[in-house]
Amino acid sequence: MNTIDIIKPENLVYTKPKLMNDNPMHYCPGCSHGVIHKLAAEVIEEMGMEDKTIGVAPVGCAVFAYNYIDIDWQEAAHGRAPAIATAIKRLMPDKMVFTYQGDGDLAAIGTAETIHACNRGENIVIIFVNNAIYGMTGGQMAPTTLQGMKTATCPYGRTPELNGYPLKISDLLVKLEGTCYVTRQSVQTAAAVKKAKKALRKAFENSMAGKGTSIVEVVSTCASGWKMTPDQANKWMVENMFVQYPLGDLKDI
Amino acid sequence: MAKIKGAVVVNTERCKGCDLCIVACPVDVLALEPKEVNDKGYHYAYSAKPDDCIGCANCGYVCPDGCITVYKVKVD
Repeated sequence: MNTIDIIKPENLVYTKPKLMNDNPMHYCPGCSHGVIHKLAAEVIEEMGMEDKTIGVAPVGCAVFAYNYIDIDWQEAAHGRAPAIATAIKRLMPDKMVFTYQGDGDLAAIGTAETIHACNRGENIVIIFVNNAIYGMTGGQMAPTTLQGMKTATCPYGRTPELNGYPLKISDLLVKLEGTCYVTRQSVQTAAAVKKAKKALRKAFENSMAGKGTSIVEVVSTCASGWKMTPDQANKWMVENMFVQYPLGDLKDI
Repeated sequence: MAKIKGAVVVNTERCKGCDLCIVACPVDVLALEPKEVNDKGYHYAYSAKPDDCIGCANCGYVCPDGCITVYKVKVD
């Protein structure tokens, strides 16, 4: 059978979600953000919530997230996405509200907003992309940077004496009574992507069921910031990041 | 026995040549174009051995830019 005979709409197995538009993404080649955007778009589409979803974009690499997924968006000041999401969800409880934040946004400048939004148990979803580095500004050290990892601002490797320890913020959020679902996922293989999608779907359903705050942490790569090829970055993540940030559900009630 | 045949279509203008689909493919169907580049200057991925494709869509799942569309059909 010829390839042309296979390419027919009835044989379609996988394609880019409709909600994701054709704007070329500004992310570096191999960036995990693209996959996570795609998953968010797929889940929203499958739930039929295209018209009822409001995303809150962060400051960081994902600052232009609103250019790529065709839903309503609000841009937040650096780190303040959970505060904005709180307001949106309280004023419009029938909307599905989520924030999309990186580790610099959520775990550094926005720690207070994150912890208090989770402690209040706001019915929002927080998608937390943890790549252990500030990607947008050129690869500086983040609170989540691993010990010994070299970045632009710790060129000899992060040391606990000078820089403290890697911040496991999801583990902190597990202790708060307001959170209902805290999970850590990754997107380096097809199997991991499918698992992450399931977790994301559950988080979105929890938010509409009014169970509390759901946090989906995605351990991801920053090939440019880590100065590796995308494939090397994935391997490095599996070997090093998963030791510090083990995958799995941390809390599920 | 029914055989499954797949086909991969790459949106070459959207592709950034990150290589992730090629690593994810279990039967080594995809490859980066060795010479040609797209408008952005990237060596894009293409179906180098289209006859081997099993339509598993692993390439599509891992593609960060959503450039890959996968089709699958059962052949008796």
